[in-house]
Amino acid sequence: MGEIPVLAIKHLAVSYRTRRREVQAVRDVSFEIYEGQNLGLVGESGCGKSTVAYSVVNFLGPNGRVSGGQILFKGQDLRGRPESELRRLRGAEISMVYQEPMSALNPTMRIEDQLAEALIAHRGLSKAEARRECLEALRRVYMPDVEGVMRRYPHQLSGGQQQRVLIAMAMLNSPKLLIMDEPTTALDVTVEAAVLDLVAELKERYHTATLYISHNLGVVARISDQVAVMYAGEVVEYAPTVEIFQRPIHPYTAGLMRCLPDVDAPKGTHQLVPIPGQVPRPDCIPPGCVFAPRCEYRCAECDELRPQLEEVEPGHWVRCLRAAEALPLATPPRRSAEGAPAAETETVLEAQRVKVYYSLPFQTLGGIVGLEKRRYVHAVDDVSLAVRRGRTLGIVGESGCGKSTLARAIVGLEPLREGRLEFLGVDISQPLRKRSLASVRQLQMVFQDPNGVLNPSYCVGDQIAASLRRFKVVRGDDVYGEVVRLLNAVKLNEEYYYRLPRQLSGGEKQRVGIARAIASNPAMVVCDEPVSALDVSVQAAVLTLLQEIQQQYRTTMILISHDLSTVRFFSDDVAVMYLGRIVECGPCEAIYAPPNHPYTAALLAAVPRPDPTLAAKHIRLGGLVPSAVNPPSGCRFHTRCPFKMGAICEQEEPPARDMGRGHVIWCHLPPERLYEIKP
Amino acid sequence: MEGTMPRLTARQRRRHEVREALSVIFASRVAKVGLALVLFWVLIAILAPLVSRYDPLYQDYKSLDMPPSARHILGTDHLGRDVWARVAYGARTILTLGPVSVLAAFVLGIALGLPAGYYGGWLDEAVMRVLDALMAFPTILLYMIIISAVGASAVNVVVAIAIGGAPGIARLVRALTMDIRTREYVAAAKLRGDSDLRIMVREILPNCRGPLIIDFLLRMGYAAFYIGTLGFLGLGLRPPTPDWGAMVQEGHNRMTTNIWPVLSATVAIVSLVIGLNLFADGVREESMRYQ
Repeated sequence: MGEIPVLAIKHLAVSYRTRRREVQAVRDVSFEIYEGQNLGLVGESGCGKSTVAYSVVNFLGPNGRVSGGQILFKGQDLRGRPESELRRLRGAEISMVYQEPMSALNPTMRIEDQLAEALIAHRGLSKAEARRECLEALRRVYMPDVEGVMRRYPHQLSGGQQQRVLIAMAMLNSPKLLIMDEPTTALDVTVEAAVLDLVAELKERYHTATLYISHNLGVVARISDQVAVMYAGEVVEYAPTVEIFQRPIHPYTAGLMRCLPDVDAPKGTHQLVPIPGQVPRPDCIPPGCVFAPRCEYRCAECDELRPQLEEVEPGHWVRCLRAAEALPLATPPRRSAEGAPAAETETVLEAQRVKVYYSLPFQTLGGIVGLEKRRYVHAVDDVSLAVRRGRTLGIVGESGCGKSTLARAIVGLEPLREGRLEFLGVDISQPLRKRSLASVRQLQMVFQDPNGVLNPSYCVGDQIAASLRRFKVVRGDDVYGEVVRLLNAVKLNEEYYYRLPRQLSGGEKQRVGIARAIASNPAMVVCDEPVSALDVSVQAAVLTLLQEIQQQYRTTMILISHDLSTVRFFSDDVAVMYLGRIVECGPCEAIYAPPNHPYTAALLAAVPRPDPTLAAKHIRLGGLVPSAVNPPSGCRFHTRCPFKMGAICEQEEPPARDMGRGHVIWCHLPPERLYEIKP
Repeated sequence: MEGTMPRLTARQRRRHEVREALSVIFASRVAKVGLALVLFWVLIAILAPLVSRYDPLYQDYKSLDMPPSARHILGTDHLGRDVWARVAYGARTILTLGPVSVLAAFVLGIALGLPAGYYGGWLDEAVMRVLDALMAFPTILLYMIIISAVGASAVNVVVAIAIGGAPGIARLVRALTMDIRTREYVAAAKLRGDSDLRIMVREILPNCRGPLIIDFLLRMGYAAFYIGTLGFLGLGLRPPTPDWGAMVQEGHNRMTTNIWPVLSATVAIVSLVIGLNLFADGVREESMRYQ
């Protein structure tokens, strides 16, 4: 560890100009990063993490400016330096990797030209030299088929490969400081795992100082040496990673950890403890401790005195008036698993060999007159499943595996191409328009995107009332009372009736979406990624709410999610999907322990766990997800399977192997081998 | 807005929203200047009988082609009519025909664009190809064809501008609809069993309003301009009616003897069109600035 930190930020303050006034987005942020260190900057959205990063590279946009403090790079203040010098620094010594790989790469340039540009501009290399260095840079990030990749355009690469290109580009000039702003947030969990491996390894080999920004505690636990937790524009806790995960001192840090569902704990054995309230807007910061309004340990002083970041123990900095008191921040006690509803209850929904295809536009004029064969995306291809009353079926898989399409087909938003759906004994294979109003009423949906869930033009109450009126759930003059009752059921009060969606936070919108879905008192609710767009503290609240509603109304649920922890927290049964097929299904506990399908094992291995002492798991998936237009023959997973047996996997459909208790795995591997697969 | 809004009743909330909308206008100097110009002409139109002492049709053969004076502040034309009275009453013409014709264009355009965007497929193809054909005509030529077919009258000016404007509006509505129909609240309405018509009118159309309001303001400017042009070409209102375009038409051959009728009408058209355009531009820029 060198004497001078590569990056030292001291009492940084950043403000943004809005139409009315200047708003302080970041206040009094201080931290240091030494050579070869990785600092993880975590916090929920809107707490100023990215603003800190942008202030280092002087990229705050026309409305923002650094209004106080120092940004010391190798001991020298970056503030007030001329733009030309900053530009040189940004190219040569400070690099940044952005969240959205697709929008960070120029779609009109080949990878080769984009990579070489920085070298030619900043180091004045010749084209041939630059090309040689680029090849080397791509090899360093373990890019397969380097020569081929150089000739391609960004859209011809997968998300993981694009992110590798960006990291390679950032590492080209061997920067002293690498800033990564949520580099894996847009990626699938298996790809994320591989990129995190790469980040960890690059740090070991090149000793680059890294500022790693993430909202995901699990990710930060894997790769950081130090963690700074931000809340509402301030650093509230700053300590070595192991220290902070094992002994968090600030109530916010501890609260965040209690919000995370544990992928290793069975359903019903742990509770999530949501943090009440939400992150304050930058223009209404409370006068005392910023976290006080949401803190369960607040005392009278907390509302008046602004706490300073103080070193409570060597290397462990906390901004809390009661830091010295050793607050009882322990996680809530584990309960023993309570009995889920018995498995032999009636079947609510049964899908038999369901297929949903999307047709692609014709590529030639001949298609219109029938000369070209229609091509289809096989989004859901031959899926059968059954859901029993009062239970939750979790459907997991990476993006593009067809899980959302399946959900939309079940509620009737997508037409089936083949197969049959039976709901409460009634055939509902036809599209929504042709279903009876009674079965539409009984089968409702909770959507993913909080911003698209509510119509921005109407107040919250009217949108819930529309369902009540349509399905004649209550008499006309009782509608208002029933809406208020539903709002209360999702922990919102009567005042929310006349609020407009834009006056609501993401979590509140999602609650209203849930209230709307349960308004018609449905037998079954399909939840399509209900929490994936929400912050952790809000996620916990929404998940807990869904669980309460299920217990109260005995609603049957389908939970679609890419997050295995969420699914485990909430599901009784799980189906794992890959490329339109189910590869493994069974009771939840069976899925999360061997024997596993190789794909399930890879997913489990990839989950980032918020515990820095756990060693990284070893199964990693390479390659690209094949196109669903021409899915691979035989077992669809054979192109990426680390346990592929040979020709049989390519030629024959895998058999259903019954592992007992309703646990089925579709794989050619003999059952004994399935037991040996460890994530 | 992160839910930190204070308690508000429905009425307070509405008032808050109006203030919010007005703050967009008043934050932009461009919009303020535009609005002032437009409001000036609106006031003149409303108060026309008060601001001018003469009947716009009254012909005083004793004072033809008079220059501006205390009695006739903008002089008189070749028939001895007071120019200022004709400009003031002409504002009434243009400020009634303009909004009515643009509104008609919007009704037609929305009726075509909304289903085309919502259903897509062959309906979309059919509607869009017909509109493409319509858009292939130069605007003025299209107006001339329509009006020479059905005759020149106030109603027919409205019809012509509605038909000429509808394709552009339909395209805009279609594009917005294609985006909004994929939103989840539309899916939620479907899951409620709402009819397609109800979804289009209640769920989609209200959320197109932002771009449509801007487009409406811009089109008002064009409409004022085209109504003037049609008047000049003799395709507007019947002759004695005060109409800015017709004033230019009647006076333009005699500009060397009396420039005042032409000059007044031209300045009136120009200031109204510029006002409407500045207003639309200002509102658009200001509403996009802090996003």
